[in-house]
Amino acid sequence: MIKLLCKYVFAICITTTAFTQECQFSFKGKITDFHDNTSIIGASLQIENSNKFATTDFDGLFEFKNLCEGKYTIVIKHISCETKRVTVSVNKNTFQEITLEHHVEDLKEVIVTSTHNVTAKTNQTTKIDSKTIDEFSGKSLGDALKNVAGVSSINTGNTIVKPVINGLHSSRIIVMTDGVRLQDQEWGIEHAPNIDINNADKITVVKGANSLEFGGDAIGGVIVLEPSKYVLKDSIFGKTILGIQSNGRGGNLHSSITKTTKKGWFLNAKTTLKRFGDFNSPDYNLTNTGLASKAFSIHTGLKKFENGFTVDYSFINNNIGILKASHIGNIDDLVSAINNKEPLIVESFSYDINAPKQEINHHIFKIDYYKRFQDLGKLDIQYDFQKNQRYEYDIRVGDDKDKASIDLDLTTHSISSTFDFNNNLEKTYKIGVKGVYQNNFANPLTGVRRLIPDYDKFDAGIFAIGNYILNDKTTANVGLRYDFNYINAKKFYLKSRWTERGYDEEYGNLITGDYTTQWLVNPKFSFHNISASAGIVYQINDKNAILFNYGLSNRSPNASELFSDGLHHSAARIELGDLALQQEISNRISSTYNFTSNNTFISVETFFNNIHNFIYLEPTGTEQTIRGAFPVWEYKATNANLFGFDFTWRQKINNALLFSNKSSLTFGNDVKNNKSLIDIPAPSFKNSLEYKNVNWHQLSVRLDSELVLKQTNYPNNNFTTYLPTKDSYEVVDISSTPAGYHLLHLHTDAVFHLSKKTDLQISASVTNLLNTKYRDYLNRLRYYADDLGRNYNLQIKINY
Amino acid sequence: MKSIKHILILASIILATACSNDDDPEVVNEEELITTVTVTLTSQEDGTEIVLNSVDLDGDGPNEPVVTGGVLAANTIYTGSTKVLNETEDPAEDITEEVLEEGVDHQFFYSFANSLAIATYTDADENGDPIGITFTLSTSSAGSENLTVSLIHEPNKSGEGVIDGNITNADGETDAEVTFPLTIE
Repeated sequence: MIKLLCKYVFAICITTTAFTQECQFSFKGKITDFHDNTSIIGASLQIENSNKFATTDFDGLFEFKNLCEGKYTIVIKHISCETKRVTVSVNKNTFQEITLEHHVEDLKEVIVTSTHNVTAKTNQTTKIDSKTIDEFSGKSLGDALKNVAGVSSINTGNTIVKPVINGLHSSRIIVMTDGVRLQDQEWGIEHAPNIDINNADKITVVKGANSLEFGGDAIGGVIVLEPSKYVLKDSIFGKTILGIQSNGRGGNLHSSITKTTKKGWFLNAKTTLKRFGDFNSPDYNLTNTGLASKAFSIHTGLKKFENGFTVDYSFINNNIGILKASHIGNIDDLVSAINNKEPLIVESFSYDINAPKQEINHHIFKIDYYKRFQDLGKLDIQYDFQKNQRYEYDIRVGDDKDKASIDLDLTTHSISSTFDFNNNLEKTYKIGVKGVYQNNFANPLTGVRRLIPDYDKFDAGIFAIGNYILNDKTTANVGLRYDFNYINAKKFYLKSRWTERGYDEEYGNLITGDYTTQWLVNPKFSFHNISASAGIVYQINDKNAILFNYGLSNRSPNASELFSDGLHHSAARIELGDLALQQEISNRISSTYNFTSNNTFISVETFFNNIHNFIYLEPTGTEQTIRGAFPVWEYKATNANLFGFDFTWRQKINNALLFSNKSSLTFGNDVKNNKSLIDIPAPSFKNSLEYKNVNWHQLSVRLDSELVLKQTNYPNNNFTTYLPTKDSYEVVDISSTPAGYHLLHLHTDAVFHLSKKTDLQISASVTNLLNTKYRDYLNRLRYYADDLGRNYNLQIKINY
Repeated sequence: MKSIKHILILASIILATACSNDDDPEVVNEEELITTVTVTLTSQEDGTEIVLNSVDLDGDGPNEPVVTGGVLAANTIYTGSTKVLNETEDPAEDITEEVLEEGVDHQFFYSFANSLAIATYTDADENGDPIGITFTLSTSSAGSENLTVSLIHEPNKSGEGVIDGNITNADGETDAEVTFPLTIE
């Protein structure tokens, strides 16, 4: 690409033509780098709307001769620079110095290169491009991320999909969308990220906690979603995607329109609608698994090189049905559900979304401003506001039938600022501060005791990152971050529970109110967290590179881990938090070997993550209530080791055939209790063979094979319970993992040029081609029903 | 730089107003909570009244229900009725009324572990299927027995044996489930 550009610049250079006229003025000038004032050699200049060209020499100098008196707009281009337009008035021989911005990020081949996010190339990162994102337009973020080796998902059915990076999920993963850290009650397994995947143009997965800019608590990793970048020209363009699917008998519609101007103004609006009815497994209908989703976003602002700002607003509303058969009353129901090979409730297909269901609204408002300082770097200031409303509806009776059981309102304000010292390419530094205020309000009108209490939370963070190009072959990165977390909760405890937990002595002073059967308690906890990262990448030669990195990170326990107390209806279990929990401390080391040649790409990633105070949820017995017995799950802390390998191999067999393999192995051990960790993804192997014909409408036909083995390393949490209706004791098998499975998917697409500016892409695909029956270990509904059967998808995409 | 100043001012105002919330949250007492299941049995022979009771005032809390069993006479028919209450409210909420109102969606089941007695429904919902708030209980020979009373929400009343009181095919979900120890003399 760069070679091509060079030729282009050279070609412009030799086509410079003499322009004979009577005008005698000359315009001379010098082009220098904005960052370090060095001369820029070989920049091409053109007087707009004329055939007058010039090129800078070794001193960055250029000259236009024979100009008439008047105003001229000069277009300046250089490899790796943003094209710049300068207007000059010529009424005598003139000299002017012009600064040009070298794309520092691009020169360093840094992985994430938006204005906000600079993630060092010393990290284990993988990108997902816009073509893949469009392929998943009708699905979820979690589904798309499974294209990355080492990323799997933990599901509740097929519409609530949470990403898992190297065996870790929920609060251990940061999701950044357009520079905003998503705050959407990510603590729960059945709380999927509230993001419309169509808002992203590029997604980057960073494994491990080495991206300190985003936070010090991403023990699992960071997912960065970035919107598309805009080019400085007067233009209006758009994209529409329409998809339909046989399974769920529904579809999705996404439309985006963008207006940009030469001066740097831009306006972009997007909207997405999704609607599905009940999905089905190979053998039966999955009653009440429909989905209705609406999303809207608007981005506007001014992007100039020296400064600019953006104002963004996005909104998503999700209405998600949860498999009716998964709603259970007590242990008897759980036992009969597990023992039954088919769901206990199967009704005919319907678009209705009834209880149990979730409804979520998520709003993000962001305003951000940046300014570049010559010879110094770039300042960025951002404020963002998020509001997450979550309603969970349970099957209830009488007057409460239509009332939510969980009604939480999470509001977050963040203000942050960074400064990027990037004038010296060899040594760049970034420093930043961040302040967050968060309020959670649990609506008492549900008539159900709050599982998560009302709280106020304050976070403050400060970080510094340095990037060093040591020599042609070696780049290093170090970072340090400090975070302060403070949480002030107001929580009701049943007096019996408070005593049973043994809180009387240690936390008796926290009690602020007496409500007959309940105490009102006001815990205030502070945490100080230090995180650090270091990485180095060594390019052995053209083809081989190795990378090592180390990350230290701390994660404070979340509200759910500290304060949960009570029956979680949707899970039919009593969940108990622990006020004594301390922060998790993770030490992670990893290495990557990359081989890149014209036809082959191989990446071997390994990691070892030791987590001190690893917080997990584990069944500890049963409690008898008037509704029968319920399993009790307690949050506990242990020391854990996670390690694994992620392997990616892409092989061009010939000009038409491409083979690829992605494999992951992840292991997790509870070191204290000498047993396996729960919910560690099973070994998975994905192979695909793609046929491409670039000469015929860019035709692509791809066959994907997905093999997931049975997870044989799992903790035995089975327990015995008395079933009064049968007058017998039975083992409740909640631990055994489902059998391995193999799925085939077929995907094909082609592009048709309708006009000069309009492209039509048609894709057709079949997932689970053989209609294979399977259950996945990391699907919470695996006790109740099989996973999805065959699904025909048809999608049309128009770029205009 | 002016816009930076504006952003900072705006943010500090928002932070300042947002933090000044010091009210205590409102307490929630579970509304649909069933704390108490009471079965009243009246002997059709001599009018003796036996009251079986299970009370769990902390609901989903750690305290186990307090169960009071009873002594029945052998080879006797009893007229029975069952009440479910929420005694955390004052006065206690009688949830039996809701069960009756939504009779089609509810059914009580009476299971005897040692088959020393049987229960027969004496009430009906709109569709003519039993609800089980009232019933008769007939004891046979003497011995010790466990009576399990279950209240099922949205049972499949057309399941095999369900209208005769067999819980096996009832599906639905359990709103209450209590086992009373009985001595039949």
